[in-house]
Amino acid sequence: MKLSRKFVSDYIELDSNLTIKEIAEAMTYVGNEYADASKLVNATSLVIGEVINCDVHPDSDHLHVCKVDVKTEILDIVCGAPNVKKGLKVIVALNGAKLPGGEIKQSTIRGQISNGMLCSLAELGIDHKFLTENDFAGIHELPNDAKVGEDPIKYLQLDDEIIDFELTSNRGDLLSVLGMAYELGAIYKKKTKKIDIEYNEIDKSINNELSLKINTDDCVLFLAKKVNNVIIKESPLFIKNRLIASGIRPINNVVDISNYVMLETGQPLHFYDADKLQNIIEVRNALNEEKLITLDNIERILDQNDIVISNGNNVVGLAGVMGGLSTEVDSNTKNIIIEAAIFDAIKIRRTSKKILRSEASTRFEKGLDPNRTYMAINRSCHMLEKYANGQVLKDMLVYDKTNKEDKIINITIDKIIKVLGIDVNKQEVIDVYNSLGFEVIDNNDVLSVKVPSRRLDVNIKEDLIEEFGRIYGINKIKGKLPVFDGKLGTYNKVNRDIKNRLIDLGLNETSSYALIPEEEVYKYTKDNFTRIRLSDPMSEDRSTLRYSLIYSLKEIYEYNKARNYKDVSIFEMGKGFYKENDLYKEDLKLACLMSGKYINKLNEIKTDFYVIKGILINLLNYLGYENRYSFVIDENIPNELHPGQSALIIMQGENIGFIGKIHPNITKDDIFVFEINLTKLLKNRASKMSFKELNKYPEVVKDVAFVVDKNLLSSEIEKCLKKVGGRLLTNISVFDVYVGDKLNENEKSIAFSLTFQDSTKTLNDIEVTEIFNKMIEEVENKLSAKLRNK
Amino acid sequence: MENIIESIKKDLENVINLSDLNELKVKYLGKKGIITELQQQIKDLDVEQKKEFGIKLNEIRTLFNDLFSVKQEIFETALINLKLQQESIDISLPETVVKTGSKHPMTRIQEQFEDLFVSMGYTVYDGPEIETDENCFQKLNLCKGHPARDAQDTFYLENEVENYLLRSQTSTAQVRAMEENIEKGPLKIVCPGKVYRRDEDATHSHQFAQIEGLVIDENISMADLKGTLELFLKKFLGEKTEVRFRPSFFPFTEPSVEVDVTCFKCGGKGCSLCKQTGWIEVLGAGMVHPNVLEMSGYDSNKYQAFAFGTGMDRFAMFKYGITDIRTIYGNDIRFLNQFNRRDED
Repeated sequence: MKLSRKFVSDYIELDSNLTIKEIAEAMTYVGNEYADASKLVNATSLVIGEVINCDVHPDSDHLHVCKVDVKTEILDIVCGAPNVKKGLKVIVALNGAKLPGGEIKQSTIRGQISNGMLCSLAELGIDHKFLTENDFAGIHELPNDAKVGEDPIKYLQLDDEIIDFELTSNRGDLLSVLGMAYELGAIYKKKTKKIDIEYNEIDKSINNELSLKINTDDCVLFLAKKVNNVIIKESPLFIKNRLIASGIRPINNVVDISNYVMLETGQPLHFYDADKLQNIIEVRNALNEEKLITLDNIERILDQNDIVISNGNNVVGLAGVMGGLSTEVDSNTKNIIIEAAIFDAIKIRRTSKKILRSEASTRFEKGLDPNRTYMAINRSCHMLEKYANGQVLKDMLVYDKTNKEDKIINITIDKIIKVLGIDVNKQEVIDVYNSLGFEVIDNNDVLSVKVPSRRLDVNIKEDLIEEFGRIYGINKIKGKLPVFDGKLGTYNKVNRDIKNRLIDLGLNETSSYALIPEEEVYKYTKDNFTRIRLSDPMSEDRSTLRYSLIYSLKEIYEYNKARNYKDVSIFEMGKGFYKENDLYKEDLKLACLMSGKYINKLNEIKTDFYVIKGILINLLNYLGYENRYSFVIDENIPNELHPGQSALIIMQGENIGFIGKIHPNITKDDIFVFEINLTKLLKNRASKMSFKELNKYPEVVKDVAFVVDKNLLSSEIEKCLKKVGGRLLTNISVFDVYVGDKLNENEKSIAFSLTFQDSTKTLNDIEVTEIFNKMIEEVENKLSAKLRNK
Repeated sequence: MENIIESIKKDLENVINLSDLNELKVKYLGKKGIITELQQQIKDLDVEQKKEFGIKLNEIRTLFNDLFSVKQEIFETALINLKLQQESIDISLPETVVKTGSKHPMTRIQEQFEDLFVSMGYTVYDGPEIETDENCFQKLNLCKGHPARDAQDTFYLENEVENYLLRSQTSTAQVRAMEENIEKGPLKIVCPGKVYRRDEDATHSHQFAQIEGLVIDENISMADLKGTLELFLKKFLGEKTEVRFRPSFFPFTEPSVEVDVTCFKCGGKGCSLCKQTGWIEVLGAGMVHPNVLEMSGYDSNKYQAFAFGTGMDRFAMFKYGITDIRTIYGNDIRFLNQFNRRDED
């Protein structure tokens, strides 16, 4: 909302010492933010001059050398405009003048000294949309009554200042000059002035010419007046300038008046050419597929949620949004029907979103005060009589289902103090409400506050508390802290610990987008679920919620690889989204991707499967799950993983994730990933961390190597060894794996180091050898293994 | 005997290294050493001679041991000095890299927010990112068609328009926390998390992070809100930061305020960042609207509540000097690696 200082000054007297910035700041402090506060024309050192001599420039075919009388002196000015001529009254920018395009300095143009510039309106910084072709073609020609030596901005009545407000959506009442006047009145403790809605009526009634039919619940108030014999012409300067200051392009006096009154009152109006309208105005909902050509000459296809005006047969206007071309007011219009109505805000919002957001629709959407609707229609009659020579017919067509009573809200001073936390007395409260134009009835403990109908946003006592607070000064509140209730705060510590562990292990934490391309959603999983797509995505690339985080990590890898960073060790914790049995679900997941060199503490090694496996096991053991998970190869391993370098991670019989190398048909690079479903993992209680008595008896270590089938998992041998080794076998570690010439092609050798120890006595060699031989026997028999070097 | 003394003195005088020194020990004190052999002669002497001979022999042994120790120390010190000299290195050569990973700036900010509020007795509440229209809007006093919904262009799920959505504000967690609190009594929570809106430029990302705070009790007032935010904002933006309330409008709070702080770039003098105003808006807050309390089962006559919400990305950007929000979600390793240390206090 752009507020013209001159315009609002019609309704409230503002101290002329106040700068426009000060007013804007004061409004900000009561809740009305502004984007900009400045002069309508930002130019200095301008003066009205008269061209007293105009010669063709000796060295140019389009420049003129002029002598310009600016009262204090006669200036030589070179001018390139085609319309410059002797006797013309012009706007002169003197040397040193600051224009939006730059500063004017004395210069020499093709050998001729020029002391200033003759200006067009465009050069003064008036928004181009308000200018005509003539304004661009040449310098501005001032009428003959312009006085040489005076301020042209003042002469053109462009000496206005504007505040561009960014209003909150509840303050529809401030989308009017009157509303702004009340608000300023509350700030500066001044009364607003009355609006003139007086006019004469001719002895002819609208009732004989037009009838009203309201066939929808989406219109609660509809008023119509008729004005005959208007003379369409250019608006007076003050109307044009105020429209320009408010950001609306002047057209002609009649159209301008409808806009002018909307700006004043906040009530949008529509003028029909009465002779094109016939004798019925009907308000109804559109039929599906019904068509209307709007003022902008575009055919609109409507549906039943659009509210329309019809002449009984055809649609002639889209209520609240845009008029129809068939009943448009044009230069030949004589008689006018004025419509002032209130339509359903939500319906208008919907239609305007579809068709066009306009000054009118914005106001309908925020809600209107029915008292203003009456004020606006009468004000427009007043203006049409005064500035378009119109004759107003008597009577008004009225359909009114509104309640125009003032609201009465009861409030206590105690409640105000309790909510705001400040100490105030009754008189301060009453004074603030009065300044807002709210009448207060003092019933001792309870104040009954009468809220005018224009304040649609004030309905409950909390609203009244806010009204008091913002005018009284919400910043007068002194901060304190809530009383501590004895309850300690808590947060999710395990998620943090997981991140910290992986960071300690040398990984970079990432944060990526949850929305990914739809075709990627079913990758890196064989789970059975339904993907979740957005109804109206910004782009296909961000259309669907990720189930697995691996896609995002791989994108990050590719991004960095493209920048020559191929050593990538990253992880991310985030939600995986899916639909299951018609329910929307989200699981917390942890994904990790590693490729290239892995640098951790003092090690620098090339990432392979065992490196990422080490990271995962380190984490799982850290979380207290040691020996409670297993790596399993089965058909549920995602297809995107290398079948020979991947496994599922199983815990308590549940698939909680996967680990592996990305399949070579996806990437030639060696990329390793794992993903854990933390929602599933963390359902398992961590084992208790407790001290085990240190074993004081010596260890016996024995090494053994088996030759087995190449596809046999080392973990199978370990299982076998553990089974026989029992409690005396305290550790197994693999220290060598051999595949090569010394063995058959389908064989491999795995060497284990076995540690034996008894917690009650020193083991003797015989005991150990007995168990050791049994273990070898078991492995040989159960897994068709041969002892190496045997 | 006197000859032996002379010989000891001479030998130990002339010895030049540790191994020769040890040989002298064998020569005099070994199994067949000179002193050892003299010792063996004692048993053949009579009592008087025994005593005298014994005393003399002890003197010789003591002499040897003393001279030996002196020499031994000299040689050992020389050896250590040699070793020290040999082991001296160029300590200015590069270090062995001891690398750890890095914590993402958004995680850092979230943890700092959480830690601060947890220390004040708040519980961190985590809600889902897929939400119902009811929790995200209706129960926050934004009925269908409410104009304030425009400010948050929401992502609805396919075939679920005005039904299911990606939460556009963490305020939704407020609703959940209130509904889940069966006793409908005091509550003190913060809800950090990801939110989604149709918006994308240098300062807006379609996915970003917010934090919401909610305190419900019988006497919670705007003064409590102001004190809490002052403490929080000074902690994050510096002790000199001033906090200003400006009346505003949010459907879920009444009264509502926007919260400005003195510009952290110019300190309030006016600069390009604060558009010459000296103030920067960082938060939206207010007293929870009685409708919102009632819709989640709270007695609005008994309880009052304050709530506040802010974008965590902006704090990350302020704190670490990041100018384009897209950098945060770009995950360039060079960006991530810059966050590999602890935050300064």
